[in-house]
Amino acid sequence: MLANLVAMLLCGLPLFAGQSQTNIFSPQSAPARSIVAVSYFTLAITGLIFAVVGGLLVYVIIRFRRRDNDDTTEPPQIFGSTQIELSWTIIPVLIVTVIFLTTARVIFDVQDAPKPKSALDVTVVGHQFWWEVRYPGSQVTTANEVHVPVSTPSAPTPTFIKLTSADVVHSFWVPELAGKTDVIPNRINELWIAPEKAGLFEGQCAQFCGAEHALMLLRVYADTPENFATWIRQQQLPAAAPQSDAAAQGRKQFEAQACINCHAVNGTVANGRFGPDLTHLMSRDTLASGAMPNTAENLAKWIDDPDTFKHGSLMPSMHLTKTQIDQITAYLVTLK
Amino acid sequence: MAQRGAAIRQEGKSMSESSMPLPGRLPDAAEQESRADTFGNIVEILHDWVTTVDHKKIGILYILYSLAMLVAGGIEILLIRLQLAGPRLNIIPAEVFNRLFTMHGTTMIFFVAMPIFVGFANYLVPLMLGVRDIAFPRLNAFSFWMTAFGGLLLYYSFLGGDGLQGAGTAPDVGWFAYAPLTERAFSRGHSTDFWALALILSGFGSIGGAINFITTAFCLRCKGMTLFRMPLFVWLMIVSSVLVILAVSPLTAAQAMLLIDRYLGGHFFDTQAGGSATIWMHFFWIFGHPEVYVLIMPAFGIASEVIPVFSRKAIFGYPAMVAASVSIAFVSLSVWAHHMFTIGMSAAGNAFFALSTMIVGIPTGIKIFNWLATLWGGKIRFEVPMLFSLAFLFQFLIAGLTGIMLAVAPFNWQLHNSYFVVAHFHYVIVGAILFMVFAGFYYWYPKVTGRMLDDRLGKLHFWLFVIGFHVTFDVMHIPGILGMPRQIYTYEIDRGWGTLNLIVTIGAFIQAIAIIIFVLNLIVSLFKGKIAGPDPWDAWTLEWTTASPPHDYNFDAEPVVYSARPLWDLKHPDDPD
Repeated sequence: MLANLVAMLLCGLPLFAGQSQTNIFSPQSAPARSIVAVSYFTLAITGLIFAVVGGLLVYVIIRFRRRDNDDTTEPPQIFGSTQIELSWTIIPVLIVTVIFLTTARVIFDVQDAPKPKSALDVTVVGHQFWWEVRYPGSQVTTANEVHVPVSTPSAPTPTFIKLTSADVVHSFWVPELAGKTDVIPNRINELWIAPEKAGLFEGQCAQFCGAEHALMLLRVYADTPENFATWIRQQQLPAAAPQSDAAAQGRKQFEAQACINCHAVNGTVANGRFGPDLTHLMSRDTLASGAMPNTAENLAKWIDDPDTFKHGSLMPSMHLTKTQIDQITAYLVTLK
Repeated sequence: MAQRGAAIRQEGKSMSESSMPLPGRLPDAAEQESRADTFGNIVEILHDWVTTVDHKKIGILYILYSLAMLVAGGIEILLIRLQLAGPRLNIIPAEVFNRLFTMHGTTMIFFVAMPIFVGFANYLVPLMLGVRDIAFPRLNAFSFWMTAFGGLLLYYSFLGGDGLQGAGTAPDVGWFAYAPLTERAFSRGHSTDFWALALILSGFGSIGGAINFITTAFCLRCKGMTLFRMPLFVWLMIVSSVLVILAVSPLTAAQAMLLIDRYLGGHFFDTQAGGSATIWMHFFWIFGHPEVYVLIMPAFGIASEVIPVFSRKAIFGYPAMVAASVSIAFVSLSVWAHHMFTIGMSAAGNAFFALSTMIVGIPTGIKIFNWLATLWGGKIRFEVPMLFSLAFLFQFLIAGLTGIMLAVAPFNWQLHNSYFVVAHFHYVIVGAILFMVFAGFYYWYPKVTGRMLDDRLGKLHFWLFVIGFHVTFDVMHIPGILGMPRQIYTYEIDRGWGTLNLIVTIGAFIQAIAIIIFVLNLIVSLFKGKIAGPDPWDAWTLEWTTASPPHDYNFDAEPVVYSARPLWDLKHPDDPD
């Protein structure tokens, strides 16, 4: 581990590329790629400035140190020089001009990119401490895990995400796909991504939003166009009717308790909108905005007392009996 | 020139007889101390300090207060770093963690960095200008007590609720407290009120101090002290004070609006009733960015005093330094929205703020080059104040360059609110500002106490602190690049941030040890330090003509100066400035 550490510190960033899912220098989508290009450019220029000025500083400190055999006289006093001041004003002006023009080009390229007809629209609503995800074109609502199609140069299908918030300011950040964009109540921001390959891209809320800001994680799945179409069709189905006895009992419990005030299950009386939509709960890999894997055991523990995983979660413990919890869990796991 | 030299020689002679006392011709510090015994009992001394309107005593009060707050903010950050030392640790609960980082940020900015420079300036500005006191001594005392009560109110919040977990205790909204998280719907109890009221109170204190420094510098200078003969430290305090007046007022306005929202049914930031979350951001950062320059200007000032003395050369390009500082302040008023590149401004808006931010780099570059040119051709003495100043130059250079990276708006879309930003602004606030605070301590402690700070402890403090600083903040950039947002109390194991955060935590503790050594040095040297004499560094500005510590009303008679370096003229009558 120590060797790894030293290597990491010595060789800098490229080494991290393979280790981290959230490295801003391993772009997998068009906006992130343009950002990396201008970032390397900036790093090169600032690196050069550091080498020159830092080098000068070291030289000056060594060259003009007081020697042991110093004669204690004062060195010649120099009070300044207009020519020198002018020259070291003009050089930074030129550098700033170059960096600014490059920056401006990328700002306009990313922010004012034309939206192709083939683009997918998604709406993401930030909540304390989870993400509501809507697909307005196909009447699908899900939570915390955004599915989008892969976009290829031959068949570009970028995803344009409209962002707004139900409560406080959040920020949508998946570093490998794009820079972050704030999720602000009373305001709609837009962000676009165009993942180049299928896979999972991770991120999280990047604006402090309250107690569980740290566990407001975010997952974007880029699917091949076929898989994405299948996923959408599956999400459009109403919830499966319970097959087993336990599940049927669970559904009764679920609908009799306060669960339905906050949660929706498409095709049933449950139509709450305060918490995540549970119609296809089991199609998601994680629970509570990525706080833990979505398994039956975790689900039961979560229903019993959300504080065990996510202390500041706004979901209350309903003080259910063990039987009630088991029944509700048995129902929820049928929501595939 | 020769004529003027003769005039000064003559004047110097008459000064040594009547007006300005010469170095080494004053009752020394030991003599002064023996007088302290006659002061009477402790109550009288306390009463004297509480009711004082003497700029030197108020300066010391500011500094002691800031040091106490530094310890409080430091303990908070050590707890935070313990919790972040590894992924998914459970040392500090989420709610407490959020309170700790809010208190750490608020404390360090408003109750350490701001008052400590006000303390330095209180002590030094009248001495440097050759006057008896600051312009409005009573306003000065009022300002200090407002600042002090602001901090006490903030810390009372820990007790004001029902313990650390309660709804009515320390604020937990982050130091920039984005609305609507601060509205009553999301922040119940009184924690946010403590925060808002504490900052309003201390804001009045800051503005009072600023008015005092501006007035003193413009209206109360000794004979011959033209504006362009003032020490650069005074110039930079003027610039900093103007920024305080321009920047703190919008913050106070925003806090008032917030309180109106919370208690009088206003809807400025109440998004559920049609208010705007971004209005708060604008108000906060119109304060928040100039605030950085409020803090860095006095640090520049200290650097511009220390670097010439220890390289034995006049500051290079005095007028350019003044001009650069004024233009930094001016431009800094138009850069605030670079904290808001991610809020969905138009492309043109983002481009404007990227440009204005980069332009700050130009006068800043000029300052660094002028310090470099001051070192050039000098005879650099590596005393402790100079060590801190040289480290400052390196660290400020790096902080400036990461600042340019953050000004590149697209790069900022990735780096904003990540640990890269946290590393960047700690490079500024610790690497530049705190380093110059330490340089100031080692440089002027002999003036204030009459005794030198211990050199060996000082060097140990310096090296430990430099090592701790770089272990912490160099490494801290990397988790930011790897996608770690700030203000999170825990993080996932698979993100690859664990080892890096462990190193950062170790660095933080090294810095803490260095600061303990520093505080020890302050205490031990007060009793055991070498007697300093009036001018231990062979310096050139007026404060070094007085006794150490200076007696009441500073100068026996009003000094007369003929250049920016009156003591140089006295010491080199054949070669005056």
